[in-house]
Amino acid sequence: MLRLEPRPQASRAMIYLSPLLALLLTLGSGFVIFRLLGVDAGQALYAFFIQPLSDGYGVSELLVKAVPLVLIGVGLAVGFRANVWNIGAEGQLAMGAVFAGGLAIWVPEESGVWVLPAMLLLGMLGGMLWAAIPALLRTRYNANEILTSLMLSYVALLFLSYLVHGPWRDPEGFNFPESKLFAASATLPILLDGTRLHLGLPIAMAVVAGVWVMLARTLVGFQVRVVGASPRAAQFAGFRERAMIWFALLLAGALAGLAGMIEVAGPIGQLVPQVSPGYGFTAIIVAFVGRLHPAGVTAAGLLLALSYLGGENLQIEMGLPQAVTGVFQGMLLFYLLACDVMIHYRVRIGRPRVIEGARR
Amino acid sequence: MTAHDRTPCLELRQVVKAFPGCLANDRVDLRVMPGEIHALLGENGAGKSTLVKMIFGLLRPDAGQLRWQGEPVRIDSPARARTLGIGMVFQHFSLFEALTVQENIALGMGNPPPMAQLEQQIRAVEARYGLPLDPKRAVHSLSVGEKQRIEIVRCLLQNPRLLIMDEPTSVLTPQEAERLFVTLRQLRAEGCSILYISHKLDEVRQLCDAATILRGGRNVGRCKPADETAASMAALMVGEAVVPVSAHPALERGAVRLALCGISRRAVDALAVTLEQVDLAVHGGEIVGIAGVAGNGQSELLAVLCGEWRCRADAVLLNGSGVGHLGPHQRRQRGLCIVPEERLGHGSVAEMSLRDNALLSGYSRQPFLRRGFVRTAAVGDFARAVIERFDVRCSGFDAAAGSLSGGNLQKFIVGREVHQAPDVLVIAQPTWGVDAGAAALIHRALLALAAQGTAVLVLSQDLDELLLISHRIGAICGGRLSPLYPRQQLGVEEVGLLMTGTALETAGVLLPGDRAPEVAHAAP
Amino acid sequence: MNETLLVLQAACLTIIGAATPLLFAALGELVTERAGVLNLGLEGMMLIGAVAAFAATVVSGNPYLGVLLGALAGALMALLHGIMVLTLLTNQVATGLAMTLFGVGLSALLGAGFVGVTVAPLPALPVPLLASLPLLGPLLFEHNLLVYLSLLLVVGLSLFICRTRAGLILRAVGESPSSAHALGYPVIRIRYLALLFGGAMAGVGGAYLSLVYTPMWSENMTAGRGWVALALVVFASWRPGRALLGAYMFGGVTILQLHGQGMGLSIPSQFLSMLPYLATVLVLVLISRDGVKLRENRPASLGLLFRPSS
Repeated sequence: MLRLEPRPQASRAMIYLSPLLALLLTLGSGFVIFRLLGVDAGQALYAFFIQPLSDGYGVSELLVKAVPLVLIGVGLAVGFRANVWNIGAEGQLAMGAVFAGGLAIWVPEESGVWVLPAMLLLGMLGGMLWAAIPALLRTRYNANEILTSLMLSYVALLFLSYLVHGPWRDPEGFNFPESKLFAASATLPILLDGTRLHLGLPIAMAVVAGVWVMLARTLVGFQVRVVGASPRAAQFAGFRERAMIWFALLLAGALAGLAGMIEVAGPIGQLVPQVSPGYGFTAIIVAFVGRLHPAGVTAAGLLLALSYLGGENLQIEMGLPQAVTGVFQGMLLFYLLACDVMIHYRVRIGRPRVIEGARR
Repeated sequence: MTAHDRTPCLELRQVVKAFPGCLANDRVDLRVMPGEIHALLGENGAGKSTLVKMIFGLLRPDAGQLRWQGEPVRIDSPARARTLGIGMVFQHFSLFEALTVQENIALGMGNPPPMAQLEQQIRAVEARYGLPLDPKRAVHSLSVGEKQRIEIVRCLLQNPRLLIMDEPTSVLTPQEAERLFVTLRQLRAEGCSILYISHKLDEVRQLCDAATILRGGRNVGRCKPADETAASMAALMVGEAVVPVSAHPALERGAVRLALCGISRRAVDALAVTLEQVDLAVHGGEIVGIAGVAGNGQSELLAVLCGEWRCRADAVLLNGSGVGHLGPHQRRQRGLCIVPEERLGHGSVAEMSLRDNALLSGYSRQPFLRRGFVRTAAVGDFARAVIERFDVRCSGFDAAAGSLSGGNLQKFIVGREVHQAPDVLVIAQPTWGVDAGAAALIHRALLALAAQGTAVLVLSQDLDELLLISHRIGAICGGRLSPLYPRQQLGVEEVGLLMTGTALETAGVLLPGDRAPEVAHAAP
Repeated sequence: MNETLLVLQAACLTIIGAATPLLFAALGELVTERAGVLNLGLEGMMLIGAVAAFAATVVSGNPYLGVLLGALAGALMALLHGIMVLTLLTNQVATGLAMTLFGVGLSALLGAGFVGVTVAPLPALPVPLLASLPLLGPLLFEHNLLVYLSLLLVVGLSLFICRTRAGLILRAVGESPSSAHALGYPVIRIRYLALLFGGAMAGVGGAYLSLVYTPMWSENMTAGRGWVALALVVFASWRPGRALLGAYMFGGVTILQLHGQGMGLSIPSQFLSMLPYLATVLVLVLISRDGVKLRENRPASLGLLFRPSS
């Protein structure tokens, strides 16, 4: 029988150990799952975790996949700290892609340097607008933002699908549901020849640094922490809950929209029905595994980017379905939540000698 | 009548109970005779709650013996205690707000009869003991006194031989308390014993036949309250003669610092109270005390004062200018500081350090910010200063607020606001659940603050405290504020009357000069 | 005349088909939330139920066994959720999300081998005599077991929650677990049971999707229905009767989605597909607007941590 004994103070050691422990447990479970699927577990784990990083190109791909995850993850982390649960990042990403892509399709082939910055802004704007809806519904009508943002996510993806199947379909595209390829001036420049590593990387790094400073050193960051810990105390301090909800959702929306723009102007190069393999949802995991802290989110982003590469690799090398990626990601979050318990509690097994009494 | 003639209804022999870090009960003896109202006295932390929890089966003793009706017995659970005939009315009710009175009572019984029959039984008990209640009403619509009645009826339906009551009058007006005593005396006459936990010595003297006093987990005495004085019992409880703090007799009243003008505010939901035409003016240099039990509008009043609820600008005047439309931050900037009722979760964030908690209210008035960035060193200095000045026992300003004891946290929170030298301080329940030493320090701090010219408004359920430190006193009842009277003109009874909403003039109370309290018993 | 009646009949059958999986999931979640537990993993549990039911049916040939296994699978996931939020006291929102993500991935993995396989759907069980009534017959009395079960469940749960002692205790636990604990009720155990029931019902709802609605399996086939069910519980003010209403209204929206273009609406299919989601948002807004009413109906301890300490 499991029993939890509260610790007098949060264990600092466990704060850092817990993600590692969770990772180990995930690996162990992965081992078991592969055995059950009838494949060589060792080989599978190698193909999943090590092989993708075995060459320079692999590492660059890791970074390419990590950029959107970290961008969205950082935005979500700020929101989660303030108890604002934005689950619709996937939709905000899509809208960012739509806004930015709209400009990209429209501009003629040889346009000036203004195109990319404009696309950046439009991408952020698209995401912000889409996130503004759940913010409005929550602040004015009390509607739970988990459900509204999620429903809107489905709507946004359907909208994107409509656009690329219909009005924005490439007339010379052989009837495939995709827009025309973006002009060179509307595509993110590659940083390293031979890779797909693009300008999105330094942008993401700058964002992470900015959010870090904001959370740690500014009053706004303090507000985020207080609102999340105790809404009543935030009221006492005069921090307005509504302002916080707007801030958290708009920030996350902007970053998700930015990620959307980066994806379509970078690796993808055009608008397609599926602009993201679920980054908006995986970023939730990234935020938690990263302990809702920008530095942690960066590390977690890299880890989860690896899980995408691993899943693809498993499919190629061993014919396993892509769904393995989702299983690993879900398991990691699970184990993390379970291990996090040990930060605040000691786990004891067995019957209590003494019935727990009230704290005096 | 020898000791052998009557076996004690309940007897505890050398009972011990230890928790990690403290010995809650150290070889405690207790003897309650049948048909006796027995008081259990002691300061906060003396071990009273732990002791009765063992009697009621929520805890098991580490050593010692419990005897019921002369036979040794093991009380494993509340269900077992109930079968034996022991009932308990907790200080914090175990009620379900959204359910009806009847459903609540049914839930408190091990094997309730079908609803129709139960309703009849409830009405019968109510009639017999004078505890009017409507079984079909939802609990959230009841007053605190009525809620307590549910708890009592719930116990009485099980025909108890012993009824344990934990601080029952802490939530009642003096008049409601009187009614309760009538019920208790009737129970006593029928042979039921009552174990009465309280720290209100005057009540104990009025009501109880015997008293056992605990201090630091041990028995320190037994007495007959009727033979003692409040002071002698207090001395036994605390272990030394208690020197009360005395209010400044004269005061230099300055200008009006805080004024409320005709505030009316509709209740937001079924649980809230409507404020009606609240008028109030507090001068610099004085302490105004507002008495009232929970549920009469204090929370609402506090929300209006601190800015969590906005209203017409000129409804709340701070130093003469209207601030009713402003929030807590802006009001603080203009000189109004607040200490809310709940220390943890409202006045401070439990998980955050004392330093961060200093920033929580300090950012408005103190130079803690530079262009949006926090100057952590400045905040730290402030926190350290508060800790030193107000003797907050902690491991430094990085200690989490939740790790401090109630008294120390309250000292910090009060100190945080006092140290900012506000023009007006509004404080709710300043010493609730706080040990005597910390309480005295807080009272002294409030008096000193007033002496410096700040206007202080105290909202409290503790009449003794208000009578001790206030210069003027009023009461809030059902959302209405009574007129304020100078402290010297009022005693506990008068304040009690005000708390029921009765105007002193109509009750026939003579005021300035004459202290002949011929209180026409105004039935509430 | 006959034409319109037939069309109406077809419409009603569509509504019932679309509503039933939602109804199961919503009723299950209703009970869970009445106990004060928030289960955001409904979507994942429905998917697991769907894939388990489908796989069992393919393997055994017996769709009823499939339903049973679907329920069992949903309950197992709920057990896992319970261990996390009730025993280990993890954050209920985050854990629910983890459940969904895990459920989506796991169901895709398990179902990979079954894509493209078809099974015979659950057979219709006509009620003798009543089924041969002219109009109402096929409409009301010729359904599969699950439809009848869902309706019986609405009635049964209403009675259970409001009239029985067990239902009273359930409500008490959801209102104030600390008071219930002080009175000696096994709060954690009751919450586990409520959660298991909720998971089983979600599994049955998923089984309906893969065995009746479209008798086949595809990844993510619930398409957000689990989330819609969560919204329905709020809309229903935690009352079974209103959950029925909500589920069937939702079914009505689905008609527009499925038959809109056939009905002559010249709107691109994607916009029609948006309707259910937009309707859910609308429903949420309407019901949440009155914050006071919402708070009065909502189980007071929903989503909050409870750690028994006497």
